[in-house]
Amino acid sequence: MCEHDAKANCFEYIDSQMPRVPLDLVVNGERVHEMIDPAMTLLDFLRVTLKLFGTKEGCREGECGACTLIMNGRPVTSCLILAVEAQGAEILTVEGLSKDGELSILQEEFIREDGLQCGFCTPGMLMSARALLDRNPNPTADEVKEAIAGNLCRCTGYKSIIDAILSAAKREREALRNG
Amino acid sequence: MDKREYKYIGKSPDRSEGLEKVTGRAVYVHDMELPGMLYAKALHSPFARAKIISIDTSAARALPGVKAVLTGEDAPYLVGLYMIDKRIIAKDIVRYQGEVVAAVAATDERIAEEAVSLIKVEYEILPSVQTIDEALEAKILVHEDINDLEYMKGVFFPQKDSNIASWNKTVRGDVEKAFEESYLVVENEMYLPAAAHTPLETHAAIAQADPYSDKLKIWSSAQSPFAVRQLMAKSFGIAEADIQVIIPYVGGGFGGKAGIHLEPLAALLSRACKGRPVKYAATREEEFNQLPTRAAMRGRIKTGVTKDGKIIALKVYYDWDSGAYADYGVNVGRTAIYSGAGAYEIPNVEIHSRTLYTNKVFSTAYRGFGHLETHWVIERQMDIVAQKLGMDPYEFRMKNILGPGKTTVSGEVITESTGSPSDCLKAVAEEINWTGYQREEEREIQKKRGKVRGKGLALLHKAPAMPAFTSTASIMQIDGDGKVKVMIGAIDIGQGANTVIRQMAAEVLDIPLENIEVVWESDTQKNPYDWQTVASKLTFMGGNAVIKAAEDMIRQMKEVAAQVFRCDASKLTHGDGYIYHVHHPHKRLSYGSLARGYSYENGNAIGGVIIGRGTYIADGLTNLDKDTGQGLPALVWTYGAHGVDLEVDLETGDVHILKVASAFDVGRVINKKLTEGQIMGGVLQGIGSALSEGLKFNAEGKLLNPTFTDYKIPTAKDMPDEIVPILIENPQADGPFGARGVGEHPMISIPSAIGNALYDALGINFYKLPLNPENIALEIAGTQAP
Ligand code: FES
Ligand code: FES
Repeated sequence: MCEHDAKANCFEYIDSQMPRVPLDLVVNGERVHEMIDPAMTLLDFLRVTLKLFGTKEGCREGECGACTLIMNGRPVTSCLILAVEAQGAEILTVEGLSKDGELSILQEEFIREDGLQCGFCTPGMLMSARALLDRNPNPTADEVKEAIAGNLCRCTGYKSIIDAILSAAKREREALRNG
Repeated sequence: MDKREYKYIGKSPDRSEGLEKVTGRAVYVHDMELPGMLYAKALHSPFARAKIISIDTSAARALPGVKAVLTGEDAPYLVGLYMIDKRIIAKDIVRYQGEVVAAVAATDERIAEEAVSLIKVEYEILPSVQTIDEALEAKILVHEDINDLEYMKGVFFPQKDSNIASWNKTVRGDVEKAFEESYLVVENEMYLPAAAHTPLETHAAIAQADPYSDKLKIWSSAQSPFAVRQLMAKSFGIAEADIQVIIPYVGGGFGGKAGIHLEPLAALLSRACKGRPVKYAATREEEFNQLPTRAAMRGRIKTGVTKDGKIIALKVYYDWDSGAYADYGVNVGRTAIYSGAGAYEIPNVEIHSRTLYTNKVFSTAYRGFGHLETHWVIERQMDIVAQKLGMDPYEFRMKNILGPGKTTVSGEVITESTGSPSDCLKAVAEEINWTGYQREEEREIQKKRGKVRGKGLALLHKAPAMPAFTSTASIMQIDGDGKVKVMIGAIDIGQGANTVIRQMAAEVLDIPLENIEVVWESDTQKNPYDWQTVASKLTFMGGNAVIKAAEDMIRQMKEVAAQVFRCDASKLTHGDGYIYHVHHPHKRLSYGSLARGYSYENGNAIGGVIIGRGTYIADGLTNLDKDTGQGLPALVWTYGAHGVDLEVDLETGDVHILKVASAFDVGRVINKKLTEGQIMGGVLQGIGSALSEGLKFNAEGKLLNPTFTDYKIPTAKDMPDEIVPILIENPQADGPFGARGVGEHPMISIPSAIGNALYDALGINFYKLPLNPENIALEIAGTQAP
C-alpha cells in the first residue's frame, strides 16, 4: 500500500509531493548538498534529513526558541524558516559549538553555573547566547535577558543561564586579550 | 546542628550529565528513530461532551502510507491511576474537548495528519459540566457509570450518582462549638484557574509490540517507568514482565509526565501495525489540550480566632475542577486534608476536599501538587484574618505555627527532627526587612508616584503525597578497577537527582565522585523498582536506598577481607577505596581487588562478585481515616517560607518583583548549586502561576489559549530583580545525611506571598489568580470608583 515500502527507509520523512529542489549550504563548517522538499523547514532539514538532533523542537510555532540556531551570524528560530531560505547560508548548531572534542568556553560555563536542568532548552539557549556574544562580547545582564527572551526555559528560572553567559563573556574576553 | 565534615555532601559538583546536554548529544524520545518506525497522529473531539454517532475511517485507511487507524472500538481498555475511568480512545461518548477519538499510524507525520483529516465523525452535542457548581449539582454526570468504576479503596471515596471522584475529609475537635467561642470569624472564597506544566519537551512515546506474544517495548518521556508498566499491564490484562519501559533523557516533567499518558495508544497502534514501532510525539497544542493540567480550584474558608490571635477553628471546602478523568486528581485532592490547613496548629478543624469531574481537559500532578493551590487559600486567609485582628501577619503566623510538640490536623506530633517552619519564616522576614504592613498614609504618599511598593510573607509545608507502602531500591556494582555503577529506579528529569545520588554513594564508599556513575537511561528490565519519580521523594527515599546499598557493598567486601587478614570483620574499616585493619592500616585491600572475589597468589579464590543492594520503604505511614482524616500521611515534611518585595504600577496594574527571599528547612544540603537551582526555577514557576498563567475556556468548554502565544509562561524578562535562596539545616533523623526533599516546594506559596504583598501595596485583597495586569488594574479602578 505504501509506495515507500519497497525501500528500506520507509520511515524516512516524506515530502509534500512537490518536486525536490537542490539545497547547498554549510552546516557547522561542512558543506552540505541535498535534494529536498521545498516545503520543509530548516528545523526538519536538520533533524530529518541530516539527522542532527541537537536542535530541539518545542512548539513549531516560533514561540519557544528551542529550535534556535545561527544562520549567517544571526540567531533564528529554525521552525519558522524554510530550508530553501538557507540556500548558500552558513549554519551553526549546537553540534558545531565544540571543536576537536573540546568544549567551548560558553558550554563549559553552562555546566559550571548549572545553566541547565532538563537540558531541552539548552541547545537553543546556547545558540542565542553565542549569537549575542559574537556581536557584543561585553553584554550587560539586561542585554543578556533581552537576547534570550525568546528562549523559554521552564526549569532553571534563567538566573544560572544568565550567569553562565556573563561569565563566558568575561572568559572569552580574557582569552582574546591573552591571544 | 550536626557540623560533621563531609567530603562530598554539601559540596556543589557539576551535574553528571552536563556534557551531554551542552553538546546536543543527550537523546530524548523526540530524537529517537527506530528502523521501520511509524508516526502517530490523533483526532481530537472538538466538543466538551458529545455522543459519537458514527466514525467513518475508510478514506483515511485508503490513503497510501497509512498503516493503521484505530477508534474506540479497537481499544476496549480502561486505564487509571486511582480511578480506572479513562479509555485509551473515547468510545460512544467524549468527555472533553481535546479527547482522542481516533488515531492513525502512518509512514510519516504528514500522511498521518492528512489521514486524520479524512476521518469523519458524527457527533450529537450534549450539554456539559463546566463549573464547580454544575459538577456539584450533578444534573449531568460526566461518568454515568461512576457507581461501577473500579478505584483504590480505603484511600479515595467516590460518591454515588455524583460527579465527585473522591471526597476526603478531616474532622478533628468540634469546629462548630469553636466558631461559637471565637472572638472573630472570617469567611472567604478564593479561586485559581487550571494551569499547564509546559515542559519544553512535549510528551512523547514510542511503542513496539511483539506480534507473536504479549510483549511490549516502550520508550517514553515519562517520570515513572514502573507506574507505566504496572498500569499498562493492568489495563491490557498482560504480565508486568511483558512490558519493558525505557526512559532516555526527559525534557522536563513537573508532574505532568507522572502516571501513564501516550504509551498505551502508541502500543495499540504498534500492535495494529504488526509490531512496527510507532512514535507518538504530542504537538504543543496537544500538550495543552489533550494532556493533563493542574486543576482549577475553589476554596471556601472560614477561620475562627481568639482575641489574642490563636486560631481555634478552621473549616474549608476545597473543590477541584479536575476535568474529565481522575488521573492524579483524586490524590491532589487528598493532599488538602492533611496539608490544607497550612503549617499551623489548629485544634478544631474540618476540611472537605472534593475532586470533581467536569467536561474539561483532565488534571494531574503538578509540582508540589495540591499545595500551591491550598496554600493560595490558606496563606491569603492568614493575612486577611491578621488584618481583621489588627495584628502583624508575621506575629499572627508565629503565634499559630507548627513546631516540636505540636500536632498537625491529621494528629501527627511534630518533633525536633521534623524541621522548623519558624526558622524559615524568620529568615525571610529578616531578608526582606519585614516590619509589618505599611500605614495608609505611607501608601497614599507612594500612590502619588504612580507606583506603590509592598511586602508580603507566606509560609508553606509539604510532605510527599504517596501511598503508605511506597518503596524504592538501588543496586550497586563494582568493577575490577574499583569503579562503581549505581542503578536506581527513579528518573532524573533535570532535578539533578543522579548527581545527588552519586555524591551520597561517594560519601559512604569514600571514593572520588569520578569513580561513580549513576546509570542513565532507566530501563524496567534492568533497573531496580521504584514507585514513581514524584513528590520530591528521590533524595530522601532514593538516597536512603543508595546509602544502604553502599553499606551493603562495604559489608560484603569486609567479609572477604576478614578472611584474607584472618581477623574478625569488625576489626576492619574502610576509606579512600580500601578496606583496611583499624590497628594495622598497612593491611589493606583495594575495592577493586575484592570486586570479583579475592585471588591468592596460587590461584585460590574466595568471596565472589560484590553487588550492593539497598531498599527503602516508607515505614510507619497509615491510610487516613475515611471520616476523620486522622492517621500518618507524611514520610517527611519540608517547611519553607517566602518573602516578597514588589512594586505595582497603579495605572497598568503591572507587577514588578524586586526581591523574593525563599527559605527551606532542607535538613542537610547535599548539593548547594543544584538545590539553589531548584529554588530559582521553582520560584519563577510560582511567579508564572501567580501573575500570568491560567487556562481559559469558553462557555462550551473549548480551551481558548492552547499556545505559548496565548498562555504566557515567564521569560527571562519576567524574572524578579533578585531571588535569595536560604537553606536551613535542621537535620532529619532518618533522612540521608539528614536531608529532606525540596524539588517541588519552591513554587508553593509564591502566589500567596505575592497576593499578600499586593495587599500591603494597595490595601486591596485579591482572591483570584492570576494577578495579571488586567485583573489588578480592574481592582484598582474598582476601589477608586465613587
Ligand atoms: S520549535 Fe521553533 S520556536 Fe519552538
Ligand atoms: S533546562 Fe529544562 S527547559 Fe530549560
